[in-house]
Amino acid sequence: MADLLQHLINGLATGTIYALVALGYTMVYGVLKLINFAHGDVMMVGAYLGYAAAQKLGRTAQSSFLGVLLIFLAAMAGCALLGLAIERFAYRPLRAKPRLTSLITAIGISFTLEYGFQLDFGPLPGAAPRAFPEIIKATEWFVIGDGDVVIWNWQVISLLVAVALMLTLQYLVFRTRFGKAMRAVSFDHRIAALMGIPIDRVIAITFMLGSALAAGAGILYAIKDTAIHPLMGLYVGLKAFVAAVIGGIGHVPGAVAGALLLGLVEEFVVGYTASSWRDAVAFGFLIIVLLVRPEGLFGRVSAEKV
Amino acid sequence: MDSAAVRVSSAIPTGLRGLAPFLIAIPILAALQLAVNEMPFLVYIASIVGVNIILAVSLNIVNGMTGQFSIGHAGFMAVGAYIAGKFSLQLRDVAISALPIALSDQILLVAALLIGGSCAALCGFIVGLPSLRLKGDYLAIVTLGFGEIIRVIVQNTEAFGRALGLSGIPQRASFFMVYFWVFLTIVVARRIAASTHGRSLWAIREDEVAAESMGVNTTGYKVRSFVISAFFAGVAGGLFAHFVPIINPGSFTFVKSIELVVMVVAGGLGSTTGSILAAIVLTLLPEAMRSAFIALSGGQASLAQKVDQIRMPIYGILLVLLMLLRPQGLFGNREIWDVLPRWFARRRKGT
Amino acid sequence: MSRNSLTLLGLLALVMLCCEKKEGGTTSPAPGSGTGTQASSGSAGAPPSTGNVHAATPAPPGTPLAPGSGGAEGDVVLIGEVGSLTGPEASFGISTRNGIELAVNQANASGGVKGKKIAVRVYDDQSKPEEAANAATRLINQDHVKVILGEVASTNSLAMAQKAQPAGVPMISPSSTNPKVTQVGNYIFRVCFIDPFQGFVMAKFSHENLKVKRAAVLKDQKSDYSLGLTEYFTRTFTEMGGKIVTTEAYAKGDSDFRAQLTAIKGQKPDAIYIPGYYTDVGIIARQARELGIPKKVPLLGGDGWRSEKLFELGGSAIEGSYFSDHYSPDNPSPIVQKFIAEYKQAYGSVPDSLAGLGYDSARVAIAAMKKAPDLSGPAIRDAIAQTKDFPGVAGTISLDENRNAVKPAVVLQVEDGKLKYMTTISP
Repeated sequence: MADLLQHLINGLATGTIYALVALGYTMVYGVLKLINFAHGDVMMVGAYLGYAAAQKLGRTAQSSFLGVLLIFLAAMAGCALLGLAIERFAYRPLRAKPRLTSLITAIGISFTLEYGFQLDFGPLPGAAPRAFPEIIKATEWFVIGDGDVVIWNWQVISLLVAVALMLTLQYLVFRTRFGKAMRAVSFDHRIAALMGIPIDRVIAITFMLGSALAAGAGILYAIKDTAIHPLMGLYVGLKAFVAAVIGGIGHVPGAVAGALLLGLVEEFVVGYTASSWRDAVAFGFLIIVLLVRPEGLFGRVSAEKV
Repeated sequence: MDSAAVRVSSAIPTGLRGLAPFLIAIPILAALQLAVNEMPFLVYIASIVGVNIILAVSLNIVNGMTGQFSIGHAGFMAVGAYIAGKFSLQLRDVAISALPIALSDQILLVAALLIGGSCAALCGFIVGLPSLRLKGDYLAIVTLGFGEIIRVIVQNTEAFGRALGLSGIPQRASFFMVYFWVFLTIVVARRIAASTHGRSLWAIREDEVAAESMGVNTTGYKVRSFVISAFFAGVAGGLFAHFVPIINPGSFTFVKSIELVVMVVAGGLGSTTGSILAAIVLTLLPEAMRSAFIALSGGQASLAQKVDQIRMPIYGILLVLLMLLRPQGLFGNREIWDVLPRWFARRRKGT
Repeated sequence: MSRNSLTLLGLLALVMLCCEKKEGGTTSPAPGSGTGTQASSGSAGAPPSTGNVHAATPAPPGTPLAPGSGGAEGDVVLIGEVGSLTGPEASFGISTRNGIELAVNQANASGGVKGKKIAVRVYDDQSKPEEAANAATRLINQDHVKVILGEVASTNSLAMAQKAQPAGVPMISPSSTNPKVTQVGNYIFRVCFIDPFQGFVMAKFSHENLKVKRAAVLKDQKSDYSLGLTEYFTRTFTEMGGKIVTTEAYAKGDSDFRAQLTAIKGQKPDAIYIPGYYTDVGIIARQARELGIPKKVPLLGGDGWRSEKLFELGGSAIEGSYFSDHYSPDNPSPIVQKFIAEYKQAYGSVPDSLAGLGYDSARVAIAAMKKAPDLSGPAIRDAIAQTKDFPGVAGTISLDENRNAVKPAVVLQVEDGKLKYMTTISP
């Protein structure tokens, strides 16, 4: 029983981080109908930027509240710029072209980031994993029994950060002028352009937002795992994409729900069977969900117009 | 669009028309086999290129011609590689009595390839089924999922050698055998494209609803194209297992599937010759970079030599550039003979 | 349709009937000998060597023909190296490369081999066996290297060995511990001990010195190294009367081990055996302590732990753990101290065990080339095979008749961010 509760908590903690990455996927997909394969790697870059920022701050400053905030902001700002650059140079020139074309550029960028970060000259970090500084000192936040079930402070913090970011996003999308523009672009960007919506700017800002969320997720992930490495984004990105599809891609709360579900499923597989089956079960779960509900759990069923 | 080929073959008696390409190709391949016998490195690279051509051309049947989006091709390859490899490993000491050893080895190899291909085709059928309900990106992620599931199963099966992989598979796949299958795949792909079958696939790709209302059995065609494509991927995997000294799950991850999608898109969706060319170029690119580095460093260990790892980021950047410069892929959805004459015409007009 | 399939079935049955066991002489053809893909060794008249893994009987030395010896480019002796410089195993490949480079630089500073400088050609295999085979083929046939060094991962070494053996180019693997690697043939060597021994060492140490009765195992499902160590540890430990309470698995590249550790914690073991690499172990240790697995339950491991990074990644959580390794850093031997000092100077970090083994493999190869009467494949092979009591940094190397290094292992304890020598266990 205690095991079950502990796995539940750990699964939710993993799920919240998937959720942040999945949100970026879903937003970009919403406006561009593009699977941004480089998204997981943007997350990896975010974690490395956070690492660099923490190194700059030094040991005492990095664990203060202000320091942590600064690390998050620095990484998010850095990744927002990266997202902007990727959109501007790799996706925008191809927007009018078939969608698969931008998929290939996304893959190209993903390769460049993954393998580029494995080089070890200049400012590049090299392939070896690095210990992420303990910017949040792990302490037990809540304990049941003799350490049978433990909720860690970082689990609570990452949950809070994730929820805060999601609420902000929800507000942004549904309550602001920009959000309205974004939804319009998502609905039909040709018509949106005719209505005077600057779609270039809207898409660019969407990319920046998604990338900033990924950076936040990257740091939370690094805190959870206590280490970062250049390939960390590969499978997290894939899983987040799976989560977004389970929830119904393009649907914001759906992505969150899908991510939490996926986090739980994975945790239970690892806890009760073997970690080597985790990926198989995660994808099996996805396939079953899609066979039952082809549009994802929350996706709108769209009738095809002829 | 196939007019050139038709015109050529119309000079040949009808009975021979189907066989003509084989009669031409087999002697050429045999001669090439004799020519490359003494060059193991060339043979190895050429075999890798050949396998990638089969994979790209077969993936093109699903992704290019039918317009379905599959990113799990490495899974089919894994099925073929492991089943065929296991088959040969079990029968490594068996020979067909009436025949010389070399010939019986080749026959067993073909048997192994057919078995591997059939198992992959069966998987292709299973993966094709969801395409009844799923479209576009949803289908893509399901194919990716299937590929990953296959890999995980292999990785957890004792009989398949788990993480260490299968080694000791008899290395029987010769240059001739690889390119015979390359040739076969291309012929099948081209003949599909030129047939009623192919027209139906194009129709599904352009507009599924319209195709259906014109009486095209979309479901059947979609599943069939998955099966054909998976069969050749399985054969490619089987060949791969018979010239690479060891196969392990790390060679069949979704990164491999993605590399194949890249080849198809870079060659131009639906263009068989484009897929072939892209498979050749993209497979040789890292090797060419290696040679270039050695040439630049004058044969000595230098920075470029020390950081052989730099090839991969450059590969990524080149992909982005290729897409920016030719978004429709090398040949769009045409074939090389449709495109080349026009390029030359444009050149001439320019000068 | 049905008639066709019947005919096909009949044909198949006929073929089956024709099948029989091959005659004794050809039970194990060399890879490719049937098709002539690798006819370079067969066509020249030499009998094909035992190229397959299962045939453990080494062919008489000198059977495979040396590759064209026209590759001696002027005054440079070329050594080939294949390593994972990118991909999930890149950090290991880079350590090995640094170790080899250091050894070659030192050898060149002291005059090289037979009056010639040594150059290393390094190829990246992206941690994939087909790329490793490709790189090995290129080194053999294009670059005409004298010796091939590499890989860390046994899968990749196996792939390379099956290219090096028929071509008659000696190959030394610095750190592939799977027994199968050197069974490929008589041109394949290694300078490390093999999995069975290391598993045995830790089982013996934990049972006899630590009095562990109930051990849990956390293995890496994706690494043959880890699976091998797990197998032999489990076997020895059970034979000695201990009990394995649970065996959990992770996959290389995972970074969250809490689920497995939670399961292990439930079994309340006396010790946890984690035969993985430092890249994972540091994180595992941290998460284990975080989950409340008490400090009195030590973590145990193998030579994959040896790295400065272990302390960085594991922090205080790794304190009090034990692992088996090739040598103690306290070893006052000038070779070890010189190696550590020079490595630090060149690459800015303390060498891990992979760097040490890479360094050793290169030095064994260079010493053999110096000793060999000429630089042909068979001559170098014979010289390597005679390696005895070679003072390597990772222990004294003597190669046995199976071309494996026989050397004692040491057990080290992590204490205050340093390694403390515990005991030496001999084979």
